[in-house]
Amino acid sequence: MTSNKGFASLPGKKRRERISNTNLLLTITICTFVCMYIIAMLIWGGGFLNPQQFLDIFNNNAFLIVISCGLTIVMIAGGIDISVGGITALVTMACVVYLDDHGGSVAGSVGLALGIGIAFGLVQGILISYLEIQPFIITLAGMFFAKGMTTIVSATPRTAAHEAFVALKQFRIEIPGIGSYGKTGNFIPAEIELGVIVALVVVLAVLVILKWTRFGRNLYAVGGNRQSALMLGINVKRTQFFSYLLSGLLSGIGGYVYLLHTGAGNASNATAAEMQAIASAIIGGTLLTGGVGNVIGTLFGVLSLKTFSNIVVASGLREPYWQSITTGLMLCFFILIQSVILALRDKGGFKLLLPKWIRLKSEKSA
Amino acid sequence: MAKVLKKFLRSQIIVPLFALLLLIIFNLIRDIGFFSLTVTTNNDGNTVLSGNIISILNGASELAILAIGMTLVTASSRGQDISVGAEAAIAGSVFVSVLRSNQITWPVILAAFLASCVVAIVSGAFNGTLVAVFKIQPMIATLILFTAGRSIAYWINGGATPTVESPLLGYIGSFIPGIPIPTPIIIVIIFGILIWLVLRFTNLGLYTQAVGINEKAARLNGINVVGMKLLSFMILGVCAAISGAINVSRIGLINHETLLLDIEMDAILAVAIGGNSLSGGKFSLAGSVVGAYIIQALTITLYAMKVPSTAVKAYKAIVIIVIVVLSSPIIKEYVLRLRDKMMRRPAKITDHQQSITGDSKSL
Repeated sequence: MTSNKGFASLPGKKRRERISNTNLLLTITICTFVCMYIIAMLIWGGGFLNPQQFLDIFNNNAFLIVISCGLTIVMIAGGIDISVGGITALVTMACVVYLDDHGGSVAGSVGLALGIGIAFGLVQGILISYLEIQPFIITLAGMFFAKGMTTIVSATPRTAAHEAFVALKQFRIEIPGIGSYGKTGNFIPAEIELGVIVALVVVLAVLVILKWTRFGRNLYAVGGNRQSALMLGINVKRTQFFSYLLSGLLSGIGGYVYLLHTGAGNASNATAAEMQAIASAIIGGTLLTGGVGNVIGTLFGVLSLKTFSNIVVASGLREPYWQSITTGLMLCFFILIQSVILALRDKGGFKLLLPKWIRLKSEKSA
Repeated sequence: MAKVLKKFLRSQIIVPLFALLLLIIFNLIRDIGFFSLTVTTNNDGNTVLSGNIISILNGASELAILAIGMTLVTASSRGQDISVGAEAAIAGSVFVSVLRSNQITWPVILAAFLASCVVAIVSGAFNGTLVAVFKIQPMIATLILFTAGRSIAYWINGGATPTVESPLLGYIGSFIPGIPIPTPIIIVIIFGILIWLVLRFTNLGLYTQAVGINEKAARLNGINVVGMKLLSFMILGVCAAISGAINVSRIGLINHETLLLDIEMDAILAVAIGGNSLSGGKFSLAGSVVGAYIIQALTITLYAMKVPSTAVKAYKAIVIIVIVVLSSPIIKEYVLRLRDKMMRRPAKITDHQQSITGDSKSL
């Protein structure tokens, strides 16, 4: 993070304008999360010292991590997708009905989940990128459609009874060496669900896509400045289309992960998940204007959001309304920080860089 | 005359009006008596009009008022306020808590309404400050109140869903004795006329458009950009307070969870269906109001077709997609080119096309 003053006047030096400099925002998010957790451990101890409770944040919110990744992709490209929560609910319901009423197999239900996600992504992507309709309206209609379809598929909540699926749902991975001691003194190993593995694989995959593929770099270019991206010969419409397709696909995966966690199909599943996903992405340093963002930040955004609600409960504010009031405050805090940092950057007071390990090679060498 | 007609056909309100007309024709074909009005006597002994057309006009009152405010916010800040439902819930809670602590008389109702207006304006100003001063995208800035607002409403009520009962509130929520039209419709008409007068005799409309089209140019021309944005959010706050008060009077209780639920989405839809660009600039309030009535007419039609209330959303979504696809610039251009080809005239660039290239980066 050396001074950048000289580079503009040195055209001969190998140097290019950075596109996704979110280092500071990302660092703030990670630091806040770590500090929050350490303070919680020191003050409230108890549950926060239990590794299982930390892993439960992952267990309970694996689906949120997955759909937030999709939303991060879309937001980096300068769009918005609020249909993700609706698709999640539809996938859970459709899969349960398919498994129980139509004698489906587990593989078939996974295919169904992916198919629903891709179908939504495909239609929304075409309408938004090729017909140039505002993404908010299309994905809002997508959300309405998905939620309405969920109740059409089955009006009452359903719980999956399919044997193979239930076995898969109850599958737990024990983490060796980590665990807690129960009241009788026996060792209870910490465990994670299958969905967490899926979520982490998705995070890694999206990280690789955003960093090392041409498509990923195009996303930043399109989100940063559509016109310049077009001038550079980037296929703006196709990039946009694939961002929505990916988001749809990830919503499908997210829906299945949700089903793996709860095992039930319900129209009220994943209510307001889209807003939580947007909030997570923002806390993680993604800007809704596009061009800036990072999937690692999003992961920490989800973790911060959920740790914060745990802290609120632990500190004795048990009434349900405190949860959302404090979440709102936290969101307010991060949004203001972003705004101040961006204002300072525009004035040249700050330089935002990606941390070394996440930067492209050419950026490192410079 | 032909010129006026041509101008009308090119205006942005034509697509929503056409959609409304299609809905009406569809209903008439389905059931010829759909729009019949009947004069009945209600429980209070008033002579009132009833029928589907009244329930459409009546039911869309809150939405129409919010759509007006949302149009101004969209035009000036190039984004949408998703916290209007929460704002209305907060305002409604204040309204109810003032009413419950006093004997309900007209001055008390007025005081309660003013108090709820003040609170709603403050929350609007909060959103507006984040957007105008801190330069945060409206959707993100209002996400804060969207998350916290309904809980704040719950907190104001002390964690309950209190009821308020008074014949005076019935006058606001349903009928005034002697007038056969539901009061919410009259409130919408009065509010619409007020806004029209304000736009007609002040520079509000012009300045709002100027800020939305080019912020920098507006500032260089001496327009207070921050002030205009703040003002639009505060007007939306007033709109939220009015719809909150109407809704509370209509139902007679405040439920922070269900009061005007999802209305923010419907209000944004009304703006979009009305042919307004969601990325700011030029706007048409009439279009948004027509959009609000389209949404309500669609809902009532679906109910009349015995669609379960939970499934209405799916059909609504399909109709919405059809409307926005039809009014999308690409399709419009294609239709115009097709028409020109059929009339053997060279295709020319429409002003619509020009306005689109300017704001290709929406949201």
